[in-house]
Parts: sequence; structure tokens; C-alpha cells
Amino acid sequence: MYVSEMKVGTSGKVTAIKATSMIKKRLLAMGLTPGTEFKIAKVAPMGDPIELKVRGYRLSLRKSEASCLEADTVGND
Amino acid sequence: MHKIALGGNPNSGKTSVFNALTGSHQHVGNWPGVTVERKEGELKIDSERFTLIDLPGTYSLSANSLDEKIARDFIIDKKPELTVIVIDQTNIERNFYLVLEIIEMGRPVLLVLNMDDEAKKMGINVDIDGLSKYLNVHVCKTVANRRVGIDALKEQILLAVQGQNKPKVLKFSEKTEKIIQEIEPFFKDHDQDLRRWFAIKALEKDDFLQELVGEKAYEQLNQKIELIEKSIANETDILLAEERYAVIHGIAKEFIKRVLTEEDRERFSTKIDHVVTHRIWGIPIFAGIMWLMFQLAFYVGGYFVEVVDYWFSLFANYLASVMGDSLFSAFITDAVIGGLGAFTVFLPQLFVLFLFISFLGDIGYMSRAAFVMDKFMHALGLHGKSFIPMILGFGCTVPGVMAARTLESKKDRVITILVTPLMSCGARLPVYALLGSIFFAGHEGSITFLLYMIGVVLAIIMARVFKSTFFKKEETLFIMELPPYRWPSARETFGQAFRNSWLFLKKAGTIIFAAVIIIWFLSVFPAGIDAPPQDNYIGDIGRTLEPVFKPLGFEGWEAGVALTFGILAKEIVVGTFGTLFTGQDFGELAEFAESGLKGNLMQGLQTVFPNGIAAFSFLLFVLIYTPCAAALATIKQEIGWKWMWFTAIYLFVLAYSVSLLFYNIGILFI
Repeated sequence: MYVSEMKVGTSGKVTAIKATSMIKKRLLAMGLTPGTEFKIAKVAPMGDPIELKVRGYRLSLRKSEASCLEADTVGND
Repeated sequence: MHKIALGGNPNSGKTSVFNALTGSHQHVGNWPGVTVERKEGELKIDSERFTLIDLPGTYSLSANSLDEKIARDFIIDKKPELTVIVIDQTNIERNFYLVLEIIEMGRPVLLVLNMDDEAKKMGINVDIDGLSKYLNVHVCKTVANRRVGIDALKEQILLAVQGQNKPKVLKFSEKTEKIIQEIEPFFKDHDQDLRRWFAIKALEKDDFLQELVGEKAYEQLNQKIELIEKSIANETDILLAEERYAVIHGIAKEFIKRVLTEEDRERFSTKIDHVVTHRIWGIPIFAGIMWLMFQLAFYVGGYFVEVVDYWFSLFANYLASVMGDSLFSAFITDAVIGGLGAFTVFLPQLFVLFLFISFLGDIGYMSRAAFVMDKFMHALGLHGKSFIPMILGFGCTVPGVMAARTLESKKDRVITILVTPLMSCGARLPVYALLGSIFFAGHEGSITFLLYMIGVVLAIIMARVFKSTFFKKEETLFIMELPPYRWPSARETFGQAFRNSWLFLKKAGTIIFAAVIIIWFLSVFPAGIDAPPQDNYIGDIGRTLEPVFKPLGFEGWEAGVALTFGILAKEIVVGTFGTLFTGQDFGELAEFAESGLKGNLMQGLQTVFPNGIAAFSFLLFVLIYTPCAAALATIKQEIGWKWMWFTAIYLFVLAYSVSLLFYNIGILFI
């Protein structure tokens, strides 16, 4: 499923990146490489952007950007 | 003079390191041909002198954004003797991605492990000797915002520059190394030191290589990469990112010891975020913080405005009494002192706004504000970070334009700056109040509110127009770190506010000063200082403009004069009407009433604006037209002459069109 569809509180593992070069490079640099675990920490008040916890820090990205990431759900709190 | 560069991630404390190293020896300019801020500073270590060039803060050097391209080109083309990289030790993994990319360039590097105090609290301990030996680079620890470890850093800079050690080539997995070796021959005609780097960039599909190797070779290169991708069933750019993070993982395992978990600080930030970016409370809290900022600016700043104003007029009066009554003395007291006063009077309020903004940035709130507002701003074609500059515009356009610096993409910065003058600033309020109380007595509040809303709506419309005309294809990202909350250092927060105020004084000051002097000459020549203004050049300007403004409903030459003076500062429009109709330049209607001149003023204004439609048409014009000299000067400083002229002209045309339309439609109904 796409990261943009995941609910707050769920954890996932990146499986694929399907994005334009610019978004892809930034996602990779920020550490969202395939196999990386992350958690959906928050959604902004108006429903977009979202906040992920990845590699020990907080990352914000728009839903449109998160929909470039495919992931498997690995947990839920 | 040794040339060294300073790089690092956003929020790594790079600016603190820059300030700690260079103190007040800084120059701020732009990178050639682009509107990205370029800071340069000087420092002396022992007897050696260094120029430190502050590269834009970036997460990586893949050269996708302008910032990344600037930083990368500087290291490759200008070959600084050393690149100092600032690292947030509490987030070392991601920060090291940039470090690896710079090490790949094969140039001397020094690592500054910053935020050592927080790292200690979190139980993070980096073995710097081991890391230094392993990477063959100099490494030191600092708490830059409290100036801890700076002397040691300077020592290391000196040693690194003298040693000129190249960092170790960090090998990826065997499989990847083989791929790199297959690509390297494509660059056999190029600098041997850079061959590996070019190969890596090729695998990352960086298109600058097309120019380097020529079209034909580039095509072959791409075919080769396609073959490789098929054989490894992965994309090579993803592969490289994976490999880098694997190398980082290895380094972390070897040289970083974690005693505690990271929970503690995390819990603190999470708790604050729980409230600050809350689904329901997030927006009200943001609104509250903005409200507080303006209260502070207007009450604290406003108090000092009166103090500054008082001393300037005292000084001017003193000079006038000493120098007697001559044209020269009038020039000194009115034009020179008045000119100085015209921009220093802004300073206290600006300082408070700058202080508040740098405080919000330093504690980590700014990125949350952008997070909360992005959906709305993005729908308008802007970025979450555009919201703060635009809100500041309600106070004064100058800090609004300067705050647009936090936007990384040029598109967002330019559009934000172009529309910020439409946010009705504090100086326009006296004009609304004066005409409101004369033409719309009892409804001043609604009229003022209406004008503010029209400004906002126009800003939204214009942002969309600019986005779809000038910047059709540009895509901007919101992929960024939300840094942990940090207690700021007073030195850094105040220092930033002082530097911004100083920049305003230095750059905008000269232009405002020149504008004040020009207008002064226009209003006392050729007939002299005692003659009524209509006999001087300014009167000619007013009369020339009269037919121009007539279609908007303004009768007589006074409107043109008031609007011309208004370019100095919008509130001067009120004073000008006062001078023209009563001989007194009070700022408020109440003062005219006290001195019994209210009747004259009202009569004068009612001649110029025969009805409410004409008066409102004038208010619309004041809301929209060319911003004041201070705002224009700041726009020039931030995005250059071209955009400054564009702003001046587009807003005039927009004001004229809106007023014309309003007046000619409105007049049909009375």
C-alpha cells in the first residue's frame, strides 16, 4: 500500500519508491530507502502534510509525496 | 588567504558555527546570477587568514535544488582548501548522508560534531579519534550556539588546511564497487581524482554529465546503466542511497556508543508537538502566537518608535535653532534628519518582529507553523513556509519580505515576496482611519476590515497568476525535517535579530534616504521653502497626475501629491492632505479636531473626493499601489532590481485597474 494511505500510529517498511527524480532523490537522502522502517506519527490539522518517524528523527512530507512510497504495514499501536 | 567552505544539513547549527568562527566579519550577498543568499566571513587563526564561505544548508548534494547545485558546484569548481561539515550529533545517521557525498568528492574535509551537550544528555558518545583515523579527516565536537569547542575547531581547521589530507575512499559492497568500475571508463578523459565521483553521479542519473561527456557518450552511458539495472533488478540511484546508508550504519556501529535510549528528549518534543500540531488546537495556537507577536511589536516596538521620534525631532529642532532659518538648515533638518528618521523610526518594531521570528525559528516552531499551514498555502500555489512572511506583512512589508528567505525554492520565495505588499501593512491604517471617519462615519471598522480582506483576496489571486505564468513547471517539496524543540541561546537569537536589523539599515537605508531627499527637493524647488507646495515641482507632478487619476474619481491635484509622498511611507498620505488643506501635518483626525482645523481638512477632502465611491476608490488605490521605499529597497536586496521594478509597476497597474473598475461601476449606483 502507499504510505499516504496509512493511518496514524501504524508502522511500516518501505518496499518501493515510484517518483520523479527530484522527489525520489530527496526521499532517498532523507533515509527512506527500501527496507527502512518508519511510523506514521501525525497528520497536520488540515489533513495534509503528514509526519513520519524514521531513522530516529521526524520527517514531514505531503501526501502527494508520500504516495510515491510503497510500504508494508509491520505494526500498529 | 585560505578559502574554506562550510556545509551542513538544515538545523545542524551551521549558522551558529559560522557566527562563532567569523564574529562580525561577515558579508552577505547573493550567489552570482541567483537569488540565494551567500554569506562569507573572515577569520584569523594564528597568523593565517581564512575566508569562510557559507554554503546553503542542504540534506544532500544530488543537485536537484538550486541550493544543492550551488553547494556542489562550489566544492567541485572552486576547490576550497577545506570543507567544514557541521553535523547534528543527535541525528547523526541522516546528517552523515551529506558527509558521505562530500567525502566522495575526494576533497579535504573537517567534521564538526555539533550539539554535543544534547548528545551527552541523550547518551550518545562518538569516538572522534577512532572516526578521525578511520575516515582520515579531522573531527571535533562543539556546542556552537554556546561557543563551546570553538578554539579547538580553529586549531583543527589550521591543521587540516596545512595537512591537505584526502579522506579515505569509502568502499561500498563488492557488487556495487564492480558496477562503479564498469562505469568509470566513460570518464577516462577526465580528472583522475574525480573519476569515481563522476561514475557515482552517473549511477545517480545526474544530468550535468551530459555536458561533460557529450551527447553520444551520454547515451551509451545510459544504455549501460539500463543494462546494469536489469541485471541487479534495482535502480542504481536507489542502490547507491542504500549503500550509503549501509556504510553509515557500519560507521555508527563502530564509533558511536549509545548509553541511554533516545526516549527522553523525544518524549519532550513529542509532548510539545502533541499540543502544537494538534488537529484541533494546532491552528488556534498558531493564530495565538502570531497575535502575540504583533502585540509585542506594536506595544514594545511602538513605545520605542515614540522615543526615537521624540529624539529625532528634538535634534532637528535644536539644529534648526542653531542654524537659523535658511534653505540649508531646512535641508539638514527636514531632508537629512527627516530622511534618517524615516527609516530609523521603523527599527524598533522591526527589531521586535525579527527577534520574535528568530526565536520561533531557533526553538523549532517555524517548521511546525509551515506544517500546520501547508495544506492551505499549497492550495494557493504557495508553500507552508510562505505563511509567516505574509502574516508579517500585516505589520510591515519589510520583515515579511526578509522572512521569505526561509523558503528554499526560488519560485516560492519570489511569489511570496511579490504578494506580501498586498497584505495591508500598519502604515496604511491611518489613511483608512482618516477617510473612513470622514466618508463612512460609523462604519470605519467595517471599511477597514473590508480593505484588509480585499488585500488578502488579491494576494491569493496574484499568487495563482504568478504561479501559472512565471513558474509553470516548478515543483517544490515539503520533504523536510521537523527538528526537535530546543531552548535557544540568547546570543544566537538576539544576534540574528541584530544582523537582520543592521542589514535593513545598511541596504534599505540608503534607498529610503535617497527617496526622502529627492522628494524634499521636489517640494521646495523652484519656488522656495516658504511657497505653497503647488508652486514647486511636486505641484507640477500633482497637476500632471491629475488627469491620470481623474478616471478613478479623484478631483484635483492634491491626490497625486499625496500618493507620490506616500511612496516614502504610506502614512505620509495623511500628513500630506493635512499640509495641503490646513498647513498642519498631523497624523490623526483627532489632532485636526483639537486644533479646530477639522473643518478645513474635511472640506478639502470632500472636494478631492466628491462622494464615498471616489473616497473608497482612493482607499483601494492606497491599499494596492506601489509599496513604500523601504519595502522596495528590501525587495531589491532580497531578489534583485528586476523583481523590485516588477513589483513597483505591477502593483501600480493593479491598483489603477481595481480602482478604475470599482469607481466606474460604483458611480452607476449613485
